[in-house]
Amino acid sequence: MALTLELRDLHAEIEGKEILKGITLRIEQGQFHALMGPNGSGKTTLSRVIMGDRRYKITGGGIFLNGEEITNLPTYERARRGLFLTFQNPVELQGVKLFTFLRSSYLVHYPNDGRSFQEFITYVQSKARLLNMDTTLLSRGVNEGFSGGERKKAEILQMSLIKPRIAIVDEIDSGLDVDALEAVAKSLKDTIYSEPRMGVLLITHYQRILKYLSPDIVHVMIDGKIIMSGDYSLALKIEEKGYEWIREIK
Amino acid sequence: MDKGDKIKGLIAENVNGDNIITRARYPHIFEEGLNKSVVEEISEIKGEPEWMRRFRLRALEIFNSKPMPNWGPPLDIDFNKIRYYILPDEVKARRWEDLPEEIRETYEKLGVPEMERKYLSGSVAQLDSEGVYANIKKKFEEKGVIFLDSDSALKRYPDLFKEYFFKIVPVMDSKFSALNGAVWSGGSFIYVPENVQIDLPLMTYFRMNMQQEGQFEHTIIIAEKGSYVSYIEGCTAPIYNVTSLHSAVVEVYVKENAHVKFTTVQNWSRDILNLSTERARVERGGRMEWVSGSLGSKITMLYPSSYLVGEGASASHLSISLASDFTWKDNGSKVIHFAPRTSSKIISKSISLKGGTTVFRGLVRIPKGSVDCVSHVQCDALILDENSRNFTFPHNEVYEETATVTHEATAGKIGDEQLFYIMSRGLTEDDARSMIVLGFLDDVMKEIPLEFSLELNRLIKLKIAEMGGTG
Repeated sequence: MALTLELRDLHAEIEGKEILKGITLRIEQGQFHALMGPNGSGKTTLSRVIMGDRRYKITGGGIFLNGEEITNLPTYERARRGLFLTFQNPVELQGVKLFTFLRSSYLVHYPNDGRSFQEFITYVQSKARLLNMDTTLLSRGVNEGFSGGERKKAEILQMSLIKPRIAIVDEIDSGLDVDALEAVAKSLKDTIYSEPRMGVLLITHYQRILKYLSPDIVHVMIDGKIIMSGDYSLALKIEEKGYEWIREIK
Repeated sequence: MDKGDKIKGLIAENVNGDNIITRARYPHIFEEGLNKSVVEEISEIKGEPEWMRRFRLRALEIFNSKPMPNWGPPLDIDFNKIRYYILPDEVKARRWEDLPEEIRETYEKLGVPEMERKYLSGSVAQLDSEGVYANIKKKFEEKGVIFLDSDSALKRYPDLFKEYFFKIVPVMDSKFSALNGAVWSGGSFIYVPENVQIDLPLMTYFRMNMQQEGQFEHTIIIAEKGSYVSYIEGCTAPIYNVTSLHSAVVEVYVKENAHVKFTTVQNWSRDILNLSTERARVERGGRMEWVSGSLGSKITMLYPSSYLVGEGASASHLSISLASDFTWKDNGSKVIHFAPRTSSKIISKSISLKGGTTVFRGLVRIPKGSVDCVSHVQCDALILDENSRNFTFPHNEVYEETATVTHEATAGKIGDEQLFYIMSRGLTEDDARSMIVLGFLDDVMKEIPLEFSLELNRLIKLKIAEMGGTG
């Protein structure tokens, strides 16, 4: 069964400050949503709240997967049900080899995978090469000393191995130069559109990555609320005019 | 009464502290307490030469005159409540069922291989490895290697033994070295002739048909010029001792261009005080490596030392300690650069959880005249919960301006962001914590024996699971 993620009038705060002020959103597996908005509008908070970051407090509304409420489910349970988050600034895990990390998380999702250890190495290396990723990174600590671009590639590598059903992709384009952006966008696209198709909520500040990816729906988030949704032309309009005009018409 | 019952009685008696009945039944078992007649009796039973008997008595006097250390963890020892000598046969015949329940449970959970359990019970493993052992032994003997328990070495090689016994560790070094001098028993004696390289690590596992380990063992390793030996003590079997005090002395003599690796891993039961002295003397171009892993015991005080006495000598000290359940691990290293162009590296990793305390004490001394020495000290601590503690006391004494001494220390907790990140990939919180802890240990893991790192791995997971959602 295809997965559907629903946010119903979701409110969340951190340290007493309300960040999400009533988000309602429905993402079906196979759909590609883009979420745009200026800095500080709450986009990253939204991604973390969907994944269950305990540092945020849900103060209203809820999160549902196929109609079942998961608002209080631990993060790993959400992951096991098919959600995934690529981090804007993924943290370093000192001494935890990227390969070990990939294998551990892969086996959580595919415990009956028949690949031998050696076959898995080959498989991961081939995935890494598709990303133009330096395979020596696999034997380094997760994100330890990785450049910005390497971190983003490592996030996509994880996503392409786990193959989540719905992925939240948070500012995968930040801090990348044009070439790296193109490479990342291309592999992201390959991952998203490989069968079975994923549902995606792609969070971005800029339109530039969208031209490689063509989302089905574009949402605009300002001050903790989604205030406008439309098709790809909305992204183009934002590129041209910025966010001010939306504020003005609202 | 058969032997099994007797041993069971002996162990139960020690665990319960009810010694009256046992004493009546087994008159040859030593009484608690330490005095001249106990020491003389030990020497007599062992059939030792007169010089050793006198040495023991002198050590006893030193022991009595020395104060307890006025630093470190709280040591509350009643020396009159300890039994100083147990006949080896009775110790050896321990059975799995005789281990404290806590240890048995831990090892059941860990899934310690059946073989090890049998080894522990003293019933099977010795037979299993006999063939291997015999081959190794033969090969070594042809090359003139001596690998014996220290009591046998004293008998068979009295002059050699005397030459190295309590030399780099003087008997008056501390109250506990003196105690070892008075009541020592067992330990390993290893002699490696010039230019002999022993490619397999020597383990206490292989030292069969002898007392496996004692509470006051005295180990001596002599590596002649250009030789190499790696010695592993402890291994993966849970070391269970019927009394509460373990105080060993280890003396290592590394001659010119020789190389010794000494690995000690301990997982004593939680009522043991482990207070040992380990020291190496390293001559020109020689290399000493200390690797220590400390998981069990109530209190451990262990500070392996290297005295670099010859030009170009080097020492490496690696330690991992884990303190949980209100235990105290006081570990450290001491390196004295007596000679020019000597180098040392000290890396300590400690983990405290569930109310455990870890302490690192380091001393690096470079006296005037020891030119161009290099030393690097790194101590990293990971503290897993609010009830647990770490203290770091590095001490560098550098009197030579040509020295290069670097020091790094970190003390950290597991970050919320790290946990969230790992859990977002589908791993549970316990798995996430274990992963971070093992990552923290990664750069020293490859230096420790595989069996031990596997055990450490499992034990960390177990302890973290026990912690539950406290974090």
